[in-house]
Amino acid sequence: MAATEEVKLLGFWVSPFVLRVEWALKIKGVKYEYIEEDIFNKSTLLMELNPVLKKVPVLVHDGKVIAESFVILEYVDETWKQNPLLPQDPYQRALARFWAKFAEEKVLEGAWNALCSQGEEKQKALQQTIEAMEKIEEELGKKQHFFGGESIGYLDIILGWISHYIPVWEEAGSMQIIDPIKFPATTAWINRFLKHPLIKDTLPPREKMLVYFHQRSKELGSTSHGWIRV
Amino acid sequence: MAEEVKVFGAWGSPFSRRVELALKIKGVKYEYIEEDVYGNKSPLLLKYNPVHKKIPVFLHNGKPIAESLVIVEYIEETWKGNPILPEDPYEKAMARFWAKFVDEKCLPALWTAGFSPENERAKAAEEACECLKTLESALNGKRFFGGDTVGLVDIAANFIGYWLRLIQEATGHDLLSAEKFPALFKWSDEFVSCSVVKDSLPPRDKLLAFFKARFAGAAQTNASN
Repeated sequence: MAATEEVKLLGFWVSPFVLRVEWALKIKGVKYEYIEEDIFNKSTLLMELNPVLKKVPVLVHDGKVIAESFVILEYVDETWKQNPLLPQDPYQRALARFWAKFAEEKVLEGAWNALCSQGEEKQKALQQTIEAMEKIEEELGKKQHFFGGESIGYLDIILGWISHYIPVWEEAGSMQIIDPIKFPATTAWINRFLKHPLIKDTLPPREKMLVYFHQRSKELGSTSHGWIRV
Repeated sequence: MAEEVKVFGAWGSPFSRRVELALKIKGVKYEYIEEDVYGNKSPLLLKYNPVHKKIPVFLHNGKPIAESLVIVEYIEETWKGNPILPEDPYEKAMARFWAKFVDEKCLPALWTAGFSPENERAKAAEEACECLKTLESALNGKRFFGGDTVGLVDIAANFIGYWLRLIQEATGHDLLSAEKFPALFKWSDEFVSCSVVKDSLPPRDKLLAFFKARFAGAAQTNASN
């Protein structure tokens, strides 16, 4: 590890993708400079650093630029070896990556679509999200404290947005995704995650999020598919 | 040590072919099981991939893994010879970034551009060309995305290297041409002539016939909409 390392993170205050990277860096104890981006008025810096996708998060480590939260997370794990995020065993790693992709495609996209749409489309998205969460619930039922075991790991970080964003999206979207009675393991995991010392002070303010997502969901209507525009 | 390595796939699927290509690069012997994905999915497939019920499914000593790029990374970490990812974490991150870009952005755009109705084709083609343009510059003078040898990104882009050319032939719509994307076009020739890749591609005539039928079917559906 270099004596003076330069780590910068380009982010947006309410992006769950950025939050993931912050959690990973905090768990590793890596000091970083956070640079807030206005994603509705993108800076030349962002356009230079991520010309392909023009999105946050972007990590800059000693001049090396990396985009995409999943890719950044694996880079962070491989570069700073303390407090490993992914399991050591290749099969367990494959399972973690599988569930990460699953949750991203079925839960995150599903919940977002449910938030931004109305009527039949909303009901369909909601149903798909709940079905996906049932599979997550089943996986969590097999775990002790976190997906990572005793401590927070890769999958907890990838899915962690659920703990703080789903309640806000439920309110903004007048819907219920996680009924505590139907999702006991998930609910317990959410509470544990939110209370974790490294997590609890990183969460964006709830009221501010509610205003933001209420407005955003109206603006987007049902036009968001594929890549999430948070 | 007798290892049990099995791949559940479909002859025409670029996704199961990715897995086979990775195994061939590593020289790993495996048993291939063809699944009838349009007709009858086998009870074994449903047992090993209950979440998605899709191929490819990879089985190593009884442990199942689904999702082609997750499987390819597992293969990389389990069999160390002929690496398909660089050692350096930053170079590795770049490979993963491009593989994700190909898989999540390029492939859907190219597929849509190939089979969308006439009135939507221009827009779809424009998006697809943007993707190809980005890949063209990502290649950056290299023979393969992986450098001198086929790597993760080349494997992820197998659809572009082989399937796309046949779709173009079947539909008469050219997205990837030597004029517009010389480096990427050359890459696709290099990719399919690479000996380890050649052996892991579906038969040309069979795949072309499949796409012609598909295109005719899509045209019918689009015309009646």
